[in-house]
Amino acid sequence: MASLDDLKKRITSVKSTQKITKAMKMVAAAKLKRAQDSAEKGRPYSEKMNNIILNLSSGISDKETAPKLLSGSGKEQVHLCVVLTSDRGLCGGFNANIIKKAKSYFAKLNKEGKELKIITVGSKGNDQLKRVYGNKIIENISFKNSKNANYFDAEKVGKIIIEKFQKEEFDICTIFYNQFKNVITQIPQAQQIIPLNTKSDDQNNSEDNYEFEPDEDEILSNLLPKNISTQIFKAMLENSASEQGARMSAMDNATRNAGEMVDKLTIEYNRSRQAAITKELIEIISGAESL
Amino acid sequence: MSDEFKIEIVNPEKSFLSKEDVNEVVVPAFEGEMGILKDHISIISFLKPGIITIQAKSGEEKYYVEDGIIEFKNNTLSILTSYILNLKDIEKNKLLELLKNAEEESNKPEISDQLKYLADQKVETLKSIN
Repeated sequence: MASLDDLKKRITSVKSTQKITKAMKMVAAAKLKRAQDSAEKGRPYSEKMNNIILNLSSGISDKETAPKLLSGSGKEQVHLCVVLTSDRGLCGGFNANIIKKAKSYFAKLNKEGKELKIITVGSKGNDQLKRVYGNKIIENISFKNSKNANYFDAEKVGKIIIEKFQKEEFDICTIFYNQFKNVITQIPQAQQIIPLNTKSDDQNNSEDNYEFEPDEDEILSNLLPKNISTQIFKAMLENSASEQGARMSAMDNATRNAGEMVDKLTIEYNRSRQAAITKELIEIISGAESL
Repeated sequence: MSDEFKIEIVNPEKSFLSKEDVNEVVVPAFEGEMGILKDHISIISFLKPGIITIQAKSGEEKYYVEDGIIEFKNNTLSILTSYILNLKDIEKNKLLELLKNAEEESNKPEISDQLKYLADQKVETLKSIN
């Protein structure tokens, strides 16, 4: 049995850990608010962008001449997967969930005999993937220095992807990120961005007759690269909100577990102290009796 | 019937501006300046670097944009842009910095014609603000 001193030390150490996790939870909660705000504010842009592209692409009748970013390169052999994760740990299953989703997708591709290339954004994803898929990772991007997700970072990633597409290094591009649903639920998502999925799910708004200046093709070829950056930006915003949410609930759990542990240790401490007192008393009494 | 329509300007970070009492908007469309009044035909176009001028009941406002897409439909003008500044709050230093960047880009040797054109437009616009 541990001595009284040892128990005391353990109690203090658990208590100070609890203080840290509590502080981290508070920080995450404050950051979550901000990340959620910016995710909400960023939504109109990507929605409008999507609408315009849907309108435009429904106007294009001849798929042959359509820009490659829209129609694809005509092959499905090489897949590029962009895995967006966080740069920091201690956020529960946040990174693990994305990686799991990505890995199951990779396994599927492997089975079908497709070629795989990976770009990781965020260092945690790179750490986890490089063990198994190290030779497939062609680029690792990390934005440790930027405080919040911002559009310029997204644009950088977008440019890299488009450049590689133009060099015909891949045929299909999919991004992996966590969609923020609420603080305890984040849904890992796989979204294909090249070629663009233009099937509009609900109403067909082809009755809008737009005038285009210059013509559709030119607007589309200007718009599609922007759309890639926008989609990545959206994913980054969702991701940062999810990260803070996941961290908040993870730290909340940790704080609670630490509390339970302190309680348990305190009981053990009190019990062994009482045992020591009783033992001493017995010794005194039996000593007195024997006289 | 009033001659007013609605304008919305959004950038990736947030909804930048929303106004309901706009009479006329002049945008720097890619093929030249374009004025938009109420009941304009539905149009989609994209922007080159330039100045957006908004004539509203509440006064005239000017914004500097570097790029963007505009969509006009049902008397709502949506402008999507990645970089926008209100000319009123633009600072001299910021302006000079932008100008310097644009000039550098325009003088790059390996730049494509289209990018060169855009960079030159940027330089011209920024100089005109100065």
